[in-house]
Amino acid sequence: MVTGHVYALTGAVLAGLGLFAFITLRHTLRQLLAINVVGAGIFLILGGLGRGADATDPFPQALVITGIVVAVALTAFGAAMIVRLAEARVATKAATRPDGGKPGP
Amino acid sequence: MAVPLGFMLAALLAGRAARWLILPAAPAMAGLALWLALVPADAAYLVGHWDLPLGILLRPDGVARLMVAATALVIGAVGLHALADPPEKAGNAAQAETFWPLIYLLWAGANAGFLTTDLFNLYVTLEMVSLAAVALAAMGSLEAALRYFMIALVGSLAYLLGVALLVGRYNTVDVTLLSQVAQPDLATMLALGLMTAGLLIKAALFPMHGWLPPAHAAAPAPASALLSAIAVKLGFVILLRLWFEAFPAVSGQTALHVLGGPGALAVIYGSVQAMRQQRLKALVAYSTVAQVGYLFLAFPLVAGAPDPSGAWAGMMLHAVAHMLAKAAMFLAAGLMLKAAAGDRIGDLGGLAQSMPMTVTAFGLAAVSLMGLPPSGGFTGKFLLLNAAIAQGAFLYAGVMILGGLLAAVYFFRALSACFAAGPAPRAPATLGVRTAAPLVLAGLAIVMGFGGSALHNLSAIAAPWAAPGAAAP
Amino acid sequence: MMTFAPLLLVLLPVVAALVSFALPERLSAWRNAANIGVAFVKLLVVAYLLLQAQAGVVFEWRYEFLPGYDFVLRLDPLALLFVTLSVFLWLLTTIYAIAYFDRGPNLPRFFGFFNLCVLAATGVAMSGTAITFFLFYELLTLATWPLVAHRGDDKSLRAGQIYLTYTLAGSVAFLAGILWLQSLVGAIEFSAPANLGAIPPLTLTLIFILCIGGLGVKAAIIPFHGWLPEAMAAPAPVSALLHAVAVVKAGAFGIVRVIYDVYGIGTVAELGLGVPLAAIASATILYGSVQALMQSDLKKRLAYSTVSQVSYIVLGASLIGPFAVIGGLVHLVHQGIMKITLFMCAGALANRMGITAIAELDGAGRLMPVTMAAFSVGALGMIGMPPVAGFISKWYLGIGALQSDAAWAVAVLAGSSLLNAAYFLPLLYRAWLLPPPPGRPAIAELATTRDRMLILPAVVTAVVSLGAGIFASLSFSPLGWATLVGLGYLR
Repeated sequence: MVTGHVYALTGAVLAGLGLFAFITLRHTLRQLLAINVVGAGIFLILGGLGRGADATDPFPQALVITGIVVAVALTAFGAAMIVRLAEARVATKAATRPDGGKPGP
Repeated sequence: MAVPLGFMLAALLAGRAARWLILPAAPAMAGLALWLALVPADAAYLVGHWDLPLGILLRPDGVARLMVAATALVIGAVGLHALADPPEKAGNAAQAETFWPLIYLLWAGANAGFLTTDLFNLYVTLEMVSLAAVALAAMGSLEAALRYFMIALVGSLAYLLGVALLVGRYNTVDVTLLSQVAQPDLATMLALGLMTAGLLIKAALFPMHGWLPPAHAAAPAPASALLSAIAVKLGFVILLRLWFEAFPAVSGQTALHVLGGPGALAVIYGSVQAMRQQRLKALVAYSTVAQVGYLFLAFPLVAGAPDPSGAWAGMMLHAVAHMLAKAAMFLAAGLMLKAAAGDRIGDLGGLAQSMPMTVTAFGLAAVSLMGLPPSGGFTGKFLLLNAAIAQGAFLYAGVMILGGLLAAVYFFRALSACFAAGPAPRAPATLGVRTAAPLVLAGLAIVMGFGGSALHNLSAIAAPWAAPGAAAP
Repeated sequence: MMTFAPLLLVLLPVVAALVSFALPERLSAWRNAANIGVAFVKLLVVAYLLLQAQAGVVFEWRYEFLPGYDFVLRLDPLALLFVTLSVFLWLLTTIYAIAYFDRGPNLPRFFGFFNLCVLAATGVAMSGTAITFFLFYELLTLATWPLVAHRGDDKSLRAGQIYLTYTLAGSVAFLAGILWLQSLVGAIEFSAPANLGAIPPLTLTLIFILCIGGLGVKAAIIPFHGWLPEAMAAPAPVSALLHAVAVVKAGAFGIVRVIYDVYGIGTVAELGLGVPLAAIASATILYGSVQALMQSDLKKRLAYSTVSQVSYIVLGASLIGPFAVIGGLVHLVHQGIMKITLFMCAGALANRMGITAIAELDGAGRLMPVTMAAFSVGALGMIGMPPVAGFISKWYLGIGALQSDAAWAVAVLAGSSLLNAAYFLPLLYRAWLLPPPPGRPAIAELATTRDRMLILPAVVTAVVSLGAGIFASLSFSPLGWATLVGLGYLR
């Protein structure tokens, strides 16, 4: 039980840190990373609190594994979107720069 | 439901030909939804035959049946519409291809979410739907989509944290099992609060609606239609499961005002914002904010009524009517904007002459959204108003009435603009699937007004208030 | 076999509306044929229903639209009175509208909504429960809006907006009233009034104010009359229909229903609500007449005249005496046929000679004698001159006022008649006795089929309003029927 609580507390600290970072950081990539930290914290809480009496309870483990898969997929998706956005911005800059007569975007 | 997932894989593989898959998919899903609506009331399915709590239980109660059916109708119609009029920006054909797998992902996620009663599965479906929704929104404006994505992630994590707490407290995440053991203690309250906050973000309830108008207004019309009609509803349905099925003992009437209050504010705020919009799609998007408000305003009404069946049915009818009508409205708005001189409301002049069918679809959808009879929107609102007045909740009744009036103001502003004489439209009016789809959806929203009794009874199947705590198979 | 006859009356216009919406402009002949045909069939159905009703059969069609709330179409005598009026006038207005527009823009849309509008009016008449009534009442609001805004210019759009603002606000008040009452006594059926005895008088009074106030918007009772003169931006057939059968009448009809079939005469009298309502109606009568006097536009003058005339119905209903009730009910019919005559004539004048202002009427009687003759019959009827139908209404209302010890109401009637004369007689004087202005060319009034379709409906209604006055004592006259209805309530 005590180890479980240690995990959970660590998770809570991680989640708190991640949330703090998410709020204070402005760059989207950093925000994405911050959210990942929050996610990791929550998985720790889930695993730590959900241990139950039996040390190898399959139930929270199944949840955590599924959760991690989902998180990885979402992170990849978010990263892809951030890259796309950056590309689009670069493209518009490049498109507007050569003919200087046009007003900027 | 695995069928849309199969379609999604097929769509990914098929690439360019993916668009034609909607032809078998739409009737197949509609048929399945109909079958679902007719199965015996106590049916339940264990996916993979694992027992609780590990297995996945699909339970088609009234809510699920209505929502799955409405989803099938909306996605089917939107898909057929998009088949004739692919949602792509000029010169970006690759984008149109991504649309098809996404709608199947959305479809699968939404259906699974409506059917399952397992809070963790709900998390997974929530993410499926969010992912599809964000990608759909990204077809319009990447920036709005990214904002949506970030906020949705925070919402998901809040929800997940709530689930984690519940696992720690009760070692189960099944709604039915939870309702038997739930205690109103601190951990449960905290979990419920976290999950609710997360879901409210997804459902875009005021004041957590900030992401919705830019994302919905910027996306291509079929994508906006799906976003407004379906993506928002999943959060709502999960909240229903939480508050009425899992924790009826914990969530007292007073607590429900926590949802009802912002709901009422959302109705007013969304309506006022919609009135102030100059662009048509932004107007429609803010109207979604207001309509979502009604759904939450209904929470305390259901809990407070001596016989909750009326308010419950009203809430469900309102949700379904909104799905149909709002999807129709976005599709119609998309067609109107393509033909109009610009995207401002003032630019719509002359459309009533050149594309009467589309303007009619817009008008019919508006009738349902305003809650004017005869329409599904009216029936829903009538039941809710009845419940509100019967239990003396005059404040909520007043808000609903005021919201209806404000909706009339902003929708008729757009309709008036269509009637104004204007320059000849750019695109000639054509009949065909893309004109028919919004018309059919809007027509269904109107026809719903005549089938009130049947829908009322459907919504009551295995509803939580019918047999508290005994809804399990 | 014909229990679905009421339903038939509702479904037929749907058919006509769909046909109108679907047919392209080049098939306008088919559209016209469908419209007239359906209107005619409806008239036949109504004739059949009238015969059956004489035998004492009451048709009813019922469908549970929500648990506990039935959708009921019921043809009691009062409903039949209004249905007959609207179906008859609809046929004439359809013919008139076809001639009036000929080949204008957006006609599929126009005739589609026109049909929906009449559907709603008949539906309002046949509604057997408050919720059914509300359904049709709102449908009427919605179907009328595109008609008012039909022309699509700024003025029409503004008129449409004002119309909606007023009527939707009214509907909301009415809905709130119905819901409140339903929460106290359950679903409201007109054929079986609930027992209101257990409800505190204050609540009942508030609900009454909500209902009557809401309905009063459409009935154009002051201070809710503002939309009606604005709505004159609509084309003449719309104004004719709006004023004679559809919108204004639906409001007045609703008030009659609320007083007699929801509250019942006894309750209204007990609560002391009749006299204030009668006072408001009287104020409206006088105010409308004075305003009419001050208008220089022909259609606006007619519009304010409607404001004044419709309140006769409300006055009759609120005075609560046998003759007043009958007078009010019969005015529902009489005002309809007389006012539609006036509007159709005004539209014909505008259409053929471009006359819209009163000052331009000089000599119109010599140029378009048939039209002006019909107009004169309508105008004299409005004043209350025997033997036109309007006299009957006013006579009954006057006697009713005396029976109810409301001598002041007689004064109102007399004053209003004087004012009516003051604003109608100058028109007739100009039209018949002054010479036409020199530049105005003579026209052949009834030369083509289209001209005849434009003018003859007005002649028919003028003849009917004469007939309704002369043969008032017959049992199938509007008066005979209204007496039947009125006595039913007083039993």
